[in-house]
Amino acid sequence: MSILINGSTRLLVQGITGQEGLFHTHQMLNCGTNIVAGVTPGRGGEWVLDGKIPVFNSVRTGVDVTGANTSVIFVPARFAGDAILEAADAGIKLIVCITEGIPVNDMLTVKQVIRARDVCLIGPNSPGLITPGSAKVGIIPSSITQKGNIGVVSRSGTLTYEILYALKQAGIGTSTCVGIGGDPVIGTNFSEILSYFEGDSQTDVVVMIGEIGGREEEKAAAFISEHMTKPVIGFIAGQAAPTNKRMGHAGAIIEGGVGTAQAKTEALQKAGVQVALYPEQVPELIKKLFINDAALTN
Amino acid sequence: MRLHEYQSKDVFAQHQIPIPRGRLASTPEEAKLIAEELNGPVVLKAQVLVGGRGKAGGVRLVNTPKEAEEEASKILGNRIKDIPVRRLLIEEGVNIQQEIYLGMTIDREGGETVMIASAEGGVEIEEVARVSPEKIARVGINPLLGLRDFQIRNLAAEIEIPRALWRPFIAICHNLYASYQGLDSTLAEINPLVITTDNRIIALDGKIIIDDNALFRHPDLMDKRDTSAEIPEEIEARKFGLSYIKLDGNIGCLVNGAGLAMASMDIIKHKGGLPANFLDIGGGASAEKVAAALRIILSDLQVKTVLINIFGGITRCDEVAYGIKQTLEELKPEIPFVIRLVGTNDVKGRQILAEANLTTAESLQEAAEKAVNLVKEMA
Repeated sequence: MSILINGSTRLLVQGITGQEGLFHTHQMLNCGTNIVAGVTPGRGGEWVLDGKIPVFNSVRTGVDVTGANTSVIFVPARFAGDAILEAADAGIKLIVCITEGIPVNDMLTVKQVIRARDVCLIGPNSPGLITPGSAKVGIIPSSITQKGNIGVVSRSGTLTYEILYALKQAGIGTSTCVGIGGDPVIGTNFSEILSYFEGDSQTDVVVMIGEIGGREEEKAAAFISEHMTKPVIGFIAGQAAPTNKRMGHAGAIIEGGVGTAQAKTEALQKAGVQVALYPEQVPELIKKLFINDAALTN
Repeated sequence: MRLHEYQSKDVFAQHQIPIPRGRLASTPEEAKLIAEELNGPVVLKAQVLVGGRGKAGGVRLVNTPKEAEEEASKILGNRIKDIPVRRLLIEEGVNIQQEIYLGMTIDREGGETVMIASAEGGVEIEEVARVSPEKIARVGINPLLGLRDFQIRNLAAEIEIPRALWRPFIAICHNLYASYQGLDSTLAEINPLVITTDNRIIALDGKIIIDDNALFRHPDLMDKRDTSAEIPEEIEARKFGLSYIKLDGNIGCLVNGAGLAMASMDIIKHKGGLPANFLDIGGGASAEKVAAALRIILSDLQVKTVLINIFGGITRCDEVAYGIKQTLEELKPEIPFVIRLVGTNDVKGRQILAEANLTTAESLQEAAEKAVNLVKEMA
């Protein structure tokens, strides 16, 4: 088992003929992802990657013809909000948006629609998801992952890679890794992903990688203390960040005293989460957990 | 992108929000002329994009055109919080009965736009929120429904706007929402919105922040960005698509990805050092981008060593290594570098660096320790 994506994922790629879209479609195929369709308006009827994947003019046609059930979006920011709505309108229930820089007011409208239609949107500004050994939707390099029992959820991109790599170096694998996105308004938050991991039989421990800005980590802490039975290891980036400065990600900013790394760390610790001080400490904390566990059962 | 008060008020006026009569002056003579036109006491307001302008002497009330000219000559060309004053907004004086706060912004937690009002206007809303949160009224706006009259009536009742003024207040709220929406803003604020002694409602100050990601819809605004309150290196970085923020430490940082850039700063701090900056070169960084980033970091004379941390996913480590090597050969900086490359083509990248005699590290921890020790050795 895993969460959100697995062997029965039938993926449609929006923006498949663009440079990024095509490159990552190839990478996703190499991971064994079942990619059934691509969409680029005006390019319907073509085939890409040596005739492996058909291109359609609209998501609706792509879904009708191929039965796609998941979509990944690589279209430029000014069109990406529309692309999410198009996928939702075509009945897709899991939409993963990689695009960075979507106007935040576009996302507020999108959010209303996906809520009403019961769609799971991951991102935007997300590296996507990977279930090692079975499927990848997005851009997380598969070479730094291996199959295992750790669920990973993160607001970041390369920081997630850093932690996946540290886990792999320590011989620890992941069930599924989900990047929820670094924007201030995103489709799916920490708590929802945590609840999926809680219910996933393959996941034994969850690693949650947060950063400064907003209150999602605090909300996740409340969720953990109320609903999680599985241990959670945390990391919060931005402990050395100044206030009122946007740290690269549109969502990473301490405003009006809200969103500090300290407040998030304290909230998580209060919920029983062990918080690592630096990325490479994450595997150390997980190993300790299992040693303690083994000691308890013996 | 933040608009000046005068620009924000132009937007308000276009949307039928009442503002005081007045114009912009860039010389004392103009200030005098405008004061004569307004024919009464006037307020001179420095147009600089910094907070606490009033306390820093950027707002003056004068009674005559001659005084307006004298005061204008004192403020123009001077600096407020280190920002040169180039323009003054000269406005008619207004007799204030009550100051209100009215603003809109994005509520991240709720994932919606909110309109916020408070009977405690004229002070920072964050301060009101901290000291007396019960004095703040707010309504959430569904983008598909827009702002509704009943929501505004609820705001008006909660902050006790006199019943006779509800009609103009409702109009102002709708018009503020239209201004906010029309410009793809993330903040539109009237603080204070005043009730005058003759019972009119007027926007006495204005602040609008536009979503940088939506500027493509407003090409006319692109050249209106005032960068005088920004740090030159941060402006330079933006030109190259880099995200750079100057800090107070002495260990320069060059990283790909915002989260990893923050984590790299954090670990420097844990190891007892101080980061000099945040710098994210973004995904798929080219040798050219790396060169621009290094130039910006090295222009900070406080920097004693530079830590480079690249996790190659889309970014190729050999290309980054090549960019580093080339730039260092060109700039010949006298400070040491610690470089860590992991991921796509990292072996090749490390080889290029080793040939150039550069210090490399295997892990982030090791890299941070080496950088911090280098600085300690220099002290």
